[in-house]
Amino acid sequence: MTEPVARDVVPTDAPPNAPAELVDDFTPALVDVGLHHLCPGCGEPIAIRSLVEAIAEMMLAQRTVAVFGIGCYTAFSNNLDVEVLQALHGRAPSLATGVKRARPDTVVVTVQGDGDMVSEGLQEVLHAAARGENITCVMLNNGVFGETGGHMTATTVLGQRTKTSLEGRDSVAHGRPILLADLVARLDGAAYVARCAVNSAGQLARTHRLLRRALDTQLAGAGFSFVEVLTMCPTGWFVETADAPQYLEEHLGAVHRAGVLKDVRADAAAEVR
Amino acid sequence: MPAVPGRRLLQGSEAIAGAMVGAGCRFFAGYPMTPFTEVLEEMAKKLPAVGGVCMNAESELEAIGMAWGAAATGTPSATGSTGQGLSLMQESLAEITLARIPLVVLNMARAQGDYWQATRGGGHGDYRHLVLAPVDVVEAVELIFRAFHLAATWRNPVVVLGDYYLAHTARAVDPSSWSPEPLPPAEWALTGESGGSGHAKLLSFLGSAKQRDGAGYDLAVHYAACADHTARMLKEVPAQVEVGFIEEADVVVVAFGTPGAYVRAAVRDLRADGVRVGFVRPVTLVPFPAEVVAAAARHVRAVAVFENNTGQMLDDVRLAVLGEAPVEFIGGLSLDPSGFGIAPDLDVAVVRRRILSVVERHT
Repeated sequence: MTEPVARDVVPTDAPPNAPAELVDDFTPALVDVGLHHLCPGCGEPIAIRSLVEAIAEMMLAQRTVAVFGIGCYTAFSNNLDVEVLQALHGRAPSLATGVKRARPDTVVVTVQGDGDMVSEGLQEVLHAAARGENITCVMLNNGVFGETGGHMTATTVLGQRTKTSLEGRDSVAHGRPILLADLVARLDGAAYVARCAVNSAGQLARTHRLLRRALDTQLAGAGFSFVEVLTMCPTGWFVETADAPQYLEEHLGAVHRAGVLKDVRADAAAEVR
Repeated sequence: MPAVPGRRLLQGSEAIAGAMVGAGCRFFAGYPMTPFTEVLEEMAKKLPAVGGVCMNAESELEAIGMAWGAAATGTPSATGSTGQGLSLMQESLAEITLARIPLVVLNMARAQGDYWQATRGGGHGDYRHLVLAPVDVVEAVELIFRAFHLAATWRNPVVVLGDYYLAHTARAVDPSSWSPEPLPPAEWALTGESGGSGHAKLLSFLGSAKQRDGAGYDLAVHYAACADHTARMLKEVPAQVEVGFIEEADVVVVAFGTPGAYVRAAVRDLRADGVRVGFVRPVTLVPFPAEVVAAAARHVRAVAVFENNTGQMLDDVRLAVLGEAPVEFIGGLSLDPSGFGIAPDLDVAVVRRRILSVVERHT
């Protein structure tokens, strides 16, 4: 990295009067190519960056197998410098189980969305948690099928407009959202369950700490760890890109509440004290 | 008969499980279902003793997923069910094939209605599995060893298509004589170790080219490469077949799996009575021994097909014979009320009568 240089703020209310120039390459070490085709304002690249940075910081790059589900984030399954096994929609936890049981020395992380993990694959993640499978599942929850263009998932909140709930999700017509982290926390095999977001620098810093704690839970062999990350999807929410972080706070985040729902290692440590 | 050292009377399920472990299988996942259940039971007993893992999965979907994950690490792995359970697994089986991951899949079928499922596949896209159909426990052991070898060599799922009889009849086998060839190394397998090298491994049904290579997922390129690989596999894997009495036969009967043993016995009896009949028993259903069937059909008056279904392999026989002789179906759906495909139509006398009726009509 080059030394940071103070620069003038570029006005963004008019077309630039100078061509773009590369200031620095901020691509994290474990991301092969910084370019991707996800929409402006998407939260998923931020979450994935945080995850791969956690893997790098914890010196786990040479032990990790990431198992990817199917969603917009699948754009990254061929773009990481960690080993990746591509799973079917919803099925990453059983593949991760097979990897971990066959090679217990690996660190196994699934990356799935809410459509993948909660709509299509709910039974997979619940059984993996109940088994206390020593893997880490990361769910990028934006409350919408982003890749298909904004359709209702099992985590879409009441009132949220999607292409399949045009007047807003209605509890009678569509049922109520599943709060997956809350559900997983009730299972005895789950050792660490947390929910966080990437809609502000503070939330992102917290997300990073929680992801590290989840990986640490796996390293300790304590059982199933789960981090649900709320991510922005301005395209699928039909809101302005710049409004999406605030929209997340007021809608998705008001129902899927951030927090550490369970940390059995911290509880055990507290009992000892 | 004096006891032969090393020879043991084993039920099919136990012999198959023993052969899998002997062939190097170290991961198995399954969901109980008759008549596959005992294979799962035996693997649960045998695998932990050799440092392997057997998972009683929560569904067939998870069973195939777990086997997929384990196989991706280069661990020789297998799963299985009946045809019904395999129906649930088809989506995964299609993608495992396109990700080029080796896997052995057992179908302890109920009767023979799963020929199309096994040989055509019920999943999406262009893919083929190799399919082996043992006639009995002794041959099943031999084919299990072959299945693991073929799967690892071709990085492709291999289906072993059995049935209730195979899983539940006992035969004397000699596990002490098993000496499997070592499986080829799996350089492609995920271990975690290539991370951070700039060339971390990727195992995906969407392709293995990465963004860094300036490529990324290009499904047209990947599917074309898979199709080339499949074509080569189907050309180079030798078809395996048993034939009997086909010289100077007026009628040749084609059958696979357990019914093949009944056809073989009926043909032998008819030959002893001077009736000019022969049989062809495909052992590999994919690749289908089309050349052997065609050659056997060249000078006959008719070809008959006996299966415990409404006529599925019949298609492949007709494609092999290509109109050189009339092809008649003399099988039918199992009459067993349990649905497991046990007798009463699997009877040498019944098969003999049906073959004779073909002979009478064509001579």
